[in-house]
Amino acid sequence: MKRLDFKSGTVEMVHGGGGRAMAQLISELFAAEFSNDFLNQGNDGAILPPVKGRLVMATDSHVVSPLFFPGGDIGSLSVHGTINDVAMNGAKPLYLSAGFILEEGFPLADLQRIVRSMANAAKEAGVPIVTGDTKVVEKGKGDGVFISTTGVGVVFDGVECSGSSVKPGDKILLSGSIGDHGVAILSQRESLGFESEIVSDTQSLHDLVGVMIQAVPNVRCLRDPTRGGVANTLNEIAQQSEVGICLYEKNIAIKSQVAAACEFLGLDPLYVANEGKLLAICPPEQADLLLEVMRSHSKGQDAAIIGEVLADEHHFVQMVTQFGGRRMVDWLNGEQLPRIC
Amino acid sequence: MKYVDEFRDGELAQKLAQDIKNAANPNRHYHLMEFCGGHTHAIFRYGLPGLLPSNVELIHGPGCPVCVLPMARLDMAMALAKSENVILCTYGDMLRVPGSGRTSLLKIKAQGCDVRMLYSPADALLIAQQNPDREVVFFAIGFETTTPPTAVVIQQAQKLGLKNFSVFCNHVLTPAAMHAILATRDAEEPLKLDGFIGPAHVSTLIGSKPYEIFPKQYGTPVVIAGFEPLDVLQAILMLIKQLNAGKSEIENEFTRAVTVDGNQKAKSITDDVFELRDTFEWRGLGFVEKSALKINEKYAEFDAENKFQEIFTAYTESMKSVPKDNKACECPSILRGVKKPNDCKLFDNPCTPDNPLGSCMVSSEGACAAYYQYGRFLNSSVNVIDAVEVNG
Repeated sequence: MKRLDFKSGTVEMVHGGGGRAMAQLISELFAAEFSNDFLNQGNDGAILPPVKGRLVMATDSHVVSPLFFPGGDIGSLSVHGTINDVAMNGAKPLYLSAGFILEEGFPLADLQRIVRSMANAAKEAGVPIVTGDTKVVEKGKGDGVFISTTGVGVVFDGVECSGSSVKPGDKILLSGSIGDHGVAILSQRESLGFESEIVSDTQSLHDLVGVMIQAVPNVRCLRDPTRGGVANTLNEIAQQSEVGICLYEKNIAIKSQVAAACEFLGLDPLYVANEGKLLAICPPEQADLLLEVMRSHSKGQDAAIIGEVLADEHHFVQMVTQFGGRRMVDWLNGEQLPRIC
Repeated sequence: MKYVDEFRDGELAQKLAQDIKNAANPNRHYHLMEFCGGHTHAIFRYGLPGLLPSNVELIHGPGCPVCVLPMARLDMAMALAKSENVILCTYGDMLRVPGSGRTSLLKIKAQGCDVRMLYSPADALLIAQQNPDREVVFFAIGFETTTPPTAVVIQQAQKLGLKNFSVFCNHVLTPAAMHAILATRDAEEPLKLDGFIGPAHVSTLIGSKPYEIFPKQYGTPVVIAGFEPLDVLQAILMLIKQLNAGKSEIENEFTRAVTVDGNQKAKSITDDVFELRDTFEWRGLGFVEKSALKINEKYAEFDAENKFQEIFTAYTESMKSVPKDNKACECPSILRGVKKPNDCKLFDNPCTPDNPLGSCMVSSEGACAAYYQYGRFLNSSVNVIDAVEVNG
């Protein structure tokens, strides 16, 4: 059989048909790039060694458009996204699975670029992709490629991160500047036609979480503010924990380019997606220590205490504005941007 | 951010707020209407109501193009989108506005109609060029600010000789609406209105001259203000000073962008393409004479109302028996500033931004949506500023 043409070849229906062509795509692309002991077992699933502690499982599907954007692509995003979802449970991510839905006619060169980017992201994070699946849909029935990833991790005894365990008086910490990912994606939209140097913040956060949990094992809640941004994530937590939240706008970092783009496009950066930032909520007496630990890690250099938890039967998220007034920071309604992750 | 941060300075805001407190006469009430949704949005986003004394009340006017568009016009746009071979292009705000029978452009898009969201009307021209076999209609809405871009694409369409492009024009005029508001003063619901915070962007186009009539004819002062929060505070202070002195004048706070005569070039482009309609329906204000524009004879071939006359007529006929706005919806009174969003029985339950029953709840510039999104807590017992001060 002739080797796959990664220069000018395209995905064909036979690549999802279960026959030789599919086996070839798996062996010459996926197995070659993702290679690890578990995947190389070559079975329908991966048999994994026993672990000590409770298991955490999280899944995430990725449909971002465009597929390639400044700072990343759908491949790296699909690895980071799920690793972060596992990590936000206070867990150490161990393994990933990857499911691909490919559209007939999609260039193999782009697919290879995406798969390599996934392999690099997984390698960098130290979390192998141990099993996977590929399906092909007819041209016009997909949008190039969709990727679903699932992650398994382990959470150690004594760590209880949950959106429902936040209490009045707790402090809210944010690991860095907001809105980078959403604006980086938006800058690539053809219809908007603006150029910027903003790059997505897509990155895995489990290493940052690792040092945070070690220093402050009783962190009450960890969340990565992806779709809907910081505003939506905090509203979810306020609802789950039946509390109110107050933010201090002046402590929330926004890069000036991101702020300018949001201004120009009429977006509120609090609602813009992030893919490499986390929110942490901890008891007030632990806040300074947690902040110090975060700031000493490269992925949390710009961390800040951005607010606190209040008793409020309405479960409102409010903000003291930089201007000195106060306002609500409500749930996102509708959609600020289409298909950002 | 240069040229922006200067107008959002918290310390200056505190000083201005203090000046307003000092200037406001505690023995009287000040009812000031910000006409524009852009001001409404800024007022809530920066938390201005909390900086004002309780006798200075802001009334949120009808300057939100999505909110004032009557349901019948939206229904007409949907009729177009539903007809075969049509691509309907519109600004994003319009997509979720509820039309008759609780449908919306977004809902009919999900059912298969070709509705596209644009950032610029120029994109509609491009779509028309890329789809020569389809009829592309731009659903144009907005005040004087969005009118020149619509005019430009119509001129371009003529130059390009496009046969498959047309505009469903719903452009409306600010001063006419201000007249209508003031004219309802003696109606059943008395309007409490002492002064206008005049439009920012609209005024860059039309200049300050068209507002001169309001102090003269109605004794209502107008202060034109920019959309930044300090602009708004400054305008409030200027209005209070005028009212205290018994004056009624047109003042321009937004001198960095607004001149007396406005943008001549934009005006001449608009005049080339559009003419005044005899009358036009506004949600909340009813039919207002000479308050909107239509495409003139010279560009009649690009007027969707000509091109698709049959569809419009058939649709209007078929809609006669369909119930219109929810009767309990207070949008009309809210748009005239007679009622506040939370005076409406539907506010917050069941009418929310996710489930809007009235148009004021749809656009982020609508009074109800701004109030819901930013101001709902005003009735809450938890005052974060006090709480934060207590907690250090």
